Amino acid sequence: MDSIYNDLNAPHSMGTTIIGVTYDGGVVLGADSRTSTGMYVANRASDKITQLTDNVYICRSGSAADSQVLSDYVRYYLHQHTIQLGQPATVKVAANLVRMVSYNNKNMLQTGLIVGGWDKYEGGKIYGIPLGGTLLEQPFTIGGSGSSYLYGFFDQVWKEGMTQDEAEKLVVKAVSLAIARDGASGGVVRTVTINKDGVSRKFFPGNTLPLWHEELEAKDSLLDGFSAASPEPMVS
Amino acid sequence: MSRFEESAPARGGFSFDLCKRNEMLMQKGLKPSSYLKTGTTIVGLVFQDGVILGADTRATEGPIVADKNCEKIHYMAPNIYCCGAGTAADTEAVTDMVSSQLKLHRFHTGRESRVVTALTLLKSHLFSYQGHVSAALVLGGVDVTGPHLHTIYPHGSTDTLPFATMGSGSLAAMAIFESKYREGLTRDEGVKLVAEAICSGIFNDLGSGSNVDVCVITKGNREYLRNYMLPNPRTYVSEKGYSFSKKTEVLLTKITPLRELVEVIEGGDAMEE
Repeated sequence: MDSIYNDLNAPHSMGTTIIGVTYDGGVVLGADSRTSTGMYVANRASDKITQLTDNVYICRSGSAADSQVLSDYVRYYLHQHTIQLGQPATVKVAANLVRMVSYNNKNMLQTGLIVGGWDKYEGGKIYGIPLGGTLLEQPFTIGGSGSSYLYGFFDQVWKEGMTQDEAEKLVVKAVSLAIARDGASGGVVRTVTINKDGVSRKFFPGNTLPLWHEELEAKDSLLDGFSAASPEPMVS
Repeated sequence: MSRFEESAPARGGFSFDLCKRNEMLMQKGLKPSSYLKTGTTIVGLVFQDGVILGADTRATEGPIVADKNCEKIHYMAPNIYCCGAGTAADTEAVTDMVSSQLKLHRFHTGRESRVVTALTLLKSHLFSYQGHVSAALVLGGVDVTGPHLHTIYPHGSTDTLPFATMGSGSLAAMAIFESKYREGLTRDEGVKLVAEAICSGIFNDLGSGSNVDVCVITKGNREYLRNYMLPNPRTYVSEKGYSFSKKTEVLLTKITPLRELVEVIEGGDAMEE
């Protein structure tokens, strides 16, 4: 049972919302930026989308330490593989390496991952590797604690063959929705778009995200009371 | 006994064999020994010319202050320093170990150490002990690639930040940083902000106290300002002093001269091959 008090000795975990989406010509990966230690936000601007190779990136969720170490190992293996192969690694190989490490150490690791990238054989591909070490190739996938709030949204909104612009907007919209509802997700939205032309990173600060559910700007707030004139007493 | 040999750890790492024994003893009423913790407020920030690290100086053993003026900013390399929070033994040991590894690495490569090297050595050590080495660190330094500031958690995860706080007083210090930090601070502004953040931890957190240590690291230079601020002086010292009862009367004074100094004459016999 989680204590409501600050447990600063709790393992560093990324509550997280992570998303991977394919579009016509590539993939878009998206994530929030909150890392929590118990109830305290240890890093409000973390980068959960990590590079594995020039053309393959990975979204990390769950235990921060486990996912960082796993990505470091897989980056190292992929580097060796690229040298031996003589050409860029495919997304399938990267995803399989992640799955091997995740599955073979399933007792010790607690991390859910999304691998996405582009290669010349298969184009843009997204692979989901949840907690036990399954490997699932999917047209889109969501992960992390904030993903619970997005299943219905994606069922409604997802369509095949989107353009790059549509896909990016979809990812940003989805992460903002999850941030609004999930306490363990927050901060900024980061996206990484990978296609045959390369990789482009985008950054959306928290205050530019669209407001949801008829959120209004603060008016009639207590802070206004200090500078405004005192209110008239109520007359019954 | 052959069973004894089996349980001896063949590889390195912790052996948890005695944990069951300890549990049994605790059930019988034996109190576990407390260990020295640094309750702590440690901070770091990046300013225009490099990084500034800060720390308080209180070391606690449960509710008692064991050391009123301990050093929490540890030397890693001439251009890299590391603040440590958590179990004092763990932070000392892990920073000393990595400092030695870095020195050997410098001899091997012939180059100045990089902050990411220290970071990787620390994080892989802490990860392999799965959080049992209770060391939470703020690592900062300036190398050829520029100024760097990282936080390292006991489980082995790391963050790279422009300003960071760790320890029990981290929330108080982070409040100061979040309201006053901006990019491109000058040295004096940076030191003032770090001192303010540490003071916030000292006065608002029970696990932190005493004095403020600051370390300023810039390209090619570092200044270790030990006891930069002493906001908790001992205000009243009795003029009468302390008198000891008669029982401590001197009974005998005996002076034993040491042996005569031996002079070493240079240009003696050369060492045989």
